[in-house]
This record gives sequence, structure tokens and C-alpha cells, in this order.
Amino acid sequence: MENYNVDENGYYGEFGGAFIPEMLYPNVEELRQNYLKIMAEPDFKAEFDKLLKDYVGRPSPLYFAKRLSKKYNTKIYLKREDLNHTGAHKINNTIGQILMAKRLGKHRIIAETGAGQHGVATATVCALMGLECIVYMGEIDIARQAPNVARMKMLGAKVVPALSGSRTLKDATNEAIRDWINNPVDTHYIIGSAIGPHPYPDMVTKFQAVISEEIKWQLKEQEGRENPDYVIACIGGGSNAAGTYYHYLHEKDVKIIAVEAAGLGVNSGESAATSVLGKEGIIHGCKTLLMQTNDGQITEPYSISAGLDYPGVGPMHAHLCKTGRAEFMAATDADAMNAGLDLCKLEGIIPAIETSHALAIFEHKTFKPDDVVVVSLSGRGDKDLNNYIDYFKI
Amino acid sequence: MNRIQTKLQDNKKLLSIYFTAGYPSINDTVSIIKDLETNGVDMIEIGLPFSDPLADGPTIQASSTQALKNGMTTELLFEQLKDIRASVNIPLIIMGYFNPMFQYGVEAFCKKCKEVGVDGLIIPDLPVDVYHKEYQAIFEKYGLINVFLITPQTSDERIKYIDSISNGFIYMVSSASTTGAQSGFGETQTKYFKRIGDMKLKNPQVIGFGISNNETFTQATTYAKGAIIGSAFVKHITNNGPKSIKNFVDKILNK
Ligand SMILES: Cc1ncc(COP(=O)(O)O)c(C=O)c1O
Repeated sequence: MENYNVDENGYYGEFGGAFIPEMLYPNVEELRQNYLKIMAEPDFKAEFDKLLKDYVGRPSPLYFAKRLSKKYNTKIYLKREDLNHTGAHKINNTIGQILMAKRLGKHRIIAETGAGQHGVATATVCALMGLECIVYMGEIDIARQAPNVARMKMLGAKVVPALSGSRTLKDATNEAIRDWINNPVDTHYIIGSAIGPHPYPDMVTKFQAVISEEIKWQLKEQEGRENPDYVIACIGGGSNAAGTYYHYLHEKDVKIIAVEAAGLGVNSGESAATSVLGKEGIIHGCKTLLMQTNDGQITEPYSISAGLDYPGVGPMHAHLCKTGRAEFMAATDADAMNAGLDLCKLEGIIPAIETSHALAIFEHKTFKPDDVVVVSLSGRGDKDLNNYIDYFKI
Repeated sequence: MNRIQTKLQDNKKLLSIYFTAGYPSINDTVSIIKDLETNGVDMIEIGLPFSDPLADGPTIQASSTQALKNGMTTELLFEQLKDIRASVNIPLIIMGYFNPMFQYGVEAFCKKCKEVGVDGLIIPDLPVDVYHKEYQAIFEKYGLINVFLITPQTSDERIKYIDSISNGFIYMVSSASTTGAQSGFGETQTKYFKRIGDMKLKNPQVIGFGISNNETFTQATTYAKGAIIGSAFVKHITNNGPKSIKNFVDKILNK
């Protein structure tokens, strides 16, 4: 059977690896040599679990969405990551990584952010641990995610605008990597998605794996079985998806659906649907599927959702796509916005626009009435209110 | 023998200059190379511009962005360099990020380098381990020298490994930083330069990052075979135009 996890060399099939400048080698190597050891330490696990429970509020509910299920004539469960402290799945990873950073003796934390959710989650754990926090964020994203910028500042983080390139997530990531090159000794870089050089994609996946670990026993309680027929998640870099899929990767009866942002349409020239538009290439230290010109220049993606506006996908997802283990779909801005508003009206839940992309596929794919479909409700929509207001002229 | 290896045997300290191909104007590439050689530069790094230059500071980032806007491509660079060996004798190295080379096809890229007379490559985001395992044989087939970076944080063990894989020179990054980040060397740097010198590596070292004038050039070449200037040169032609090369080189060499 195909292995969908990382191999000992840091690859998922042909994707992954660590394509980093020598300046980053000592840091990344230190992490590579230690991350599994540290994660296996009983006191690390105990501290991680306790914070997830008492601080984040886990387990997050697995909620049977009755009216949504009725509308689409199937059984839809929502994994409520939006109810986590700070409003998204991102905090699972930042709790894990801040504990990792502390054990590695680092006292300065840097991060990149797109929607601001990862930035807020990082600023939060830095406040919790009393560590210095610098968050890089594209200038465009700073404008479209203003409430999260304010949150990060209130939490004591310094928010540095990324002014290069498309001034979105990719460029914020470049700036964070440059910061790390310039601060090689005392700094830990908390990457916010399942991207970057090995071991990041695997480490982030393992911290997010709590999502599917919980789904298993929660579904057992409610449906009498651990395995749903489908797990569905939106994909920016792919961290909520990686966590949602993790314990199901090798369960053949569970089908996996990944939803990318189609922007104005996959072939409109304004899209972030990497699995369709991308080719194998190297971005931010890993080999993966990547949107680029024929000449190997990375292109500017577009999505209404800042968290999905990334020209690559994590290497694990590139492998899931290439092997056909996951079905990749894409939702346009309009699909997502309508699906988001629909969830508000049907279930009383305002989802993040990223999440709305995952919800949008029910309009495009028909499920059987007795299919059990679990959707990762990766985040809440408070941060997106201005976008919803502008879009629907509310 | 490869031109880089020959040049390293010269009984003098080497001045190497980096510039971004296709900057400031798309057709400046060849004239900049010629002017650098005429004015006494020993070796040239031709920057192949990339959209996301992770290891570069603002100066080289901006020149890369402009070069791409000007229409620079991998194919066009090879086209511009097609007749370069009719007039230029010093070693030419292409410095660029891995993705554009990967898209061109690593073997096709190496073949083209050999055809036009490029002698070596510096690829900051192609780690020595991956190179050794997947690409070394191809580079060697086309007689290309791949140059690796070391930094103050690189362990002795890894430096020895890099030395064993290298067959030209070792690019010694003066301090942990992106390009163009600092000016002047302090005690930390000179200690590091000495430490590496004392390792008696088989490959000579050339120091880069943070060299911008005669003083830093002299300091660097006290400890190493040569020095590479990048951001300071790019800044100079940004401010004074590509015809002012003599002025820049004379100042560095105190002529
Ligand atoms: C709510 C929410 N969902 C999804 C994403 C996309 O990231 P990932 O693919 O890593 O889960 C983000 C990113 O900011 C987000 O905020």
C-alpha cells in the first residue's frame, strides 16, 4: 500500500525535502533531529494536551448539521475548529510549536500570516509564554484583515508589512524566512501551514492530527463507526486538511476531498487552484505543486480569501493529488461566499471565508443520503465580516 | 582545467562582482560583463533573476524584480551570452535559485552553460546533500563547478563535507544574513575567517556578503583568496548607471 506519510528522508513520494539556503541549515537540522524525540516526551505530550484542553477548549465538537444535511440530502458533520480559542484550527499548531521552541531554548518567535489567523494564534501563544513575537503579513492582507491586525497588536506582537511581490502570504513567508536567516541563533520560525522544508510539513501535520483523532471517537459515539465516507477540508497550504485527513490517510473506505480556491474561476487568470494550475517546483524550501510561469517564476495567486491565497500546496497534499488518494475540487469566490451565507442562515454559524470554500462543494457534488460526510469547519468568520458586508452589501 | 580553477591559481587576491542579468535595462548584461573584465575584475557572478529570492536583501530583490519586469528569462540570458567567449576570458558563474533551473531542466541548463562558456553555478537553495545525490554527475558531465556557501553557524563537520564535494572555491558568507544586510567586519567575523583559514581546506575560500568598499575588500582578502561584491555594486549602477563601472572598481581596488 502506498505510504501517504513522510518518509525518513522528508519526502511524500516525490514531494517535500528541504531546499534551503545553507544559512538555514543549522536551524532546520536542529529541528529535524529533535522534533520527533521532543514530541514523544511524556511531559511534552502532557503539557500539549493540557493546553489544548484548558486553554484552546478541546475537544472541539463534532456537530451534526441537520438543516444543511437536509438541504443536500446527506449526513453532514461539521468539525468545529471555529470554536477553538482564537477562532480557527491554527492554534493547535502554534501551541505545539511554542512548546517545541521553548524546549529548543529559543526566545524570539517569528511567523508569517495570510488571513491573520495564524498570526493571531502565534501572538496568543507568545503572550501565554512571555516570548517576543514578530509577525510578517502582506500589505494587502493587512488591509483586508484589519481586525486580526489589531488583535495581534493587542496581544503584544509586532506586525511587519511585507512590501515585496504580490504583498500577500507568499511574500510574508519570504520575509519571515529572511528574518530567520538574519537571526539564526535565538529565533524559532512558527510556520503556519503544512508547508516549508522538512520537518515542518510533518510537524505541523502531527500537531493538527488531533482533529482527526477526535473525529474518530466522536463519530463512533454518534454514528457507531469511526470512519466517515468522506472527509472534506479547504486547502491553503493544507494544515487543517492535513489534520482532518491524518488518521484516515490509510483507511481505504474513507474518501478524501480537498477544496482549493478557484478565485474568479480556475482558468480566469485570477485563481489559487494549485492542483490544476501548478507544476512541480520548489517554493519556501520544499518540492511541491506550484503555480509558476514556464520560466519557473512563481506567479501571483488570487482568492477572495487571504488564507487560501497561496501559489503552492503542502507536499503531503501534492502527493495525495498525484496518487489520486484525494479528490481535488475548486470553489470560486462566489461559490464560497454564497455557501458561507447559507451556513449562517441554515445552522447559525458564520464561517471563515476559507472554510466556506469547503462548504461550497455541496453545490457541485452529490452525496448519497446515507453517506457520512465530515467537513472541517476550520475557522469562524468574525475576521471576514467586512468582506461579507462588502460582498453582500449587508 | 575549468576557468575558475585556473583563476584561483593566480598569485593575487581575486575581486568577484555580482550583478543581476537584465538590470538596469534588459540589454545591459553583456556590456556590464565586458566592462567588469576591462576594469580588472577577476570573476563575475551573473544573477539569474527569480521572483522569490529568499536569501537576498532589498537591493538584489529590487534588481531581480526589475529585471523580470524588463523581460529577463533563462532562455534570453543564454541568448545574450551566446557570443560572450569571443571577447571575455574571466570565469563566469551563474548565480540563481533552483526553481528556474529545475523548470528549464537541470541537464538542459547545464548543457547550455557549457555551450555558452559559463564555468560554474551558485544555487543558494540547492543544498549540498541534494546536489551530491541527484545532480553532481550532471554538473560534472558538463564540466561545471558548483559553489557552496558556508556561514559562521556551519559546523566543522559540515564544512569538511562541503569541502569534499567542492572542486572550485568555497563561498564564505561573512555573517548570518541576507545579502546587503551589513557593512564592516568586527571581531566576530575576523575570528570566523581565521577559524576557517586554520581548517586548511582543500578548496580556497572567497568571502561574500557585507563587502562594499576598499576597506572591507582588503579585510576579507587578508583571510581569503578573494571577495565577492553584490549589493554594493548593484546599488552603484542603480544610482550611477551601468556606464560607471570603472569608477566603482577603481575605488574597491584603490587604483
Ligand atoms: C479559517 C482558516 N481556514 C483555512 C486556512 C488555510 O490554511 P490551511 O490550508 O493551512 O489550513 C486558514 C488560513 O489562514 C484559515 O484561517
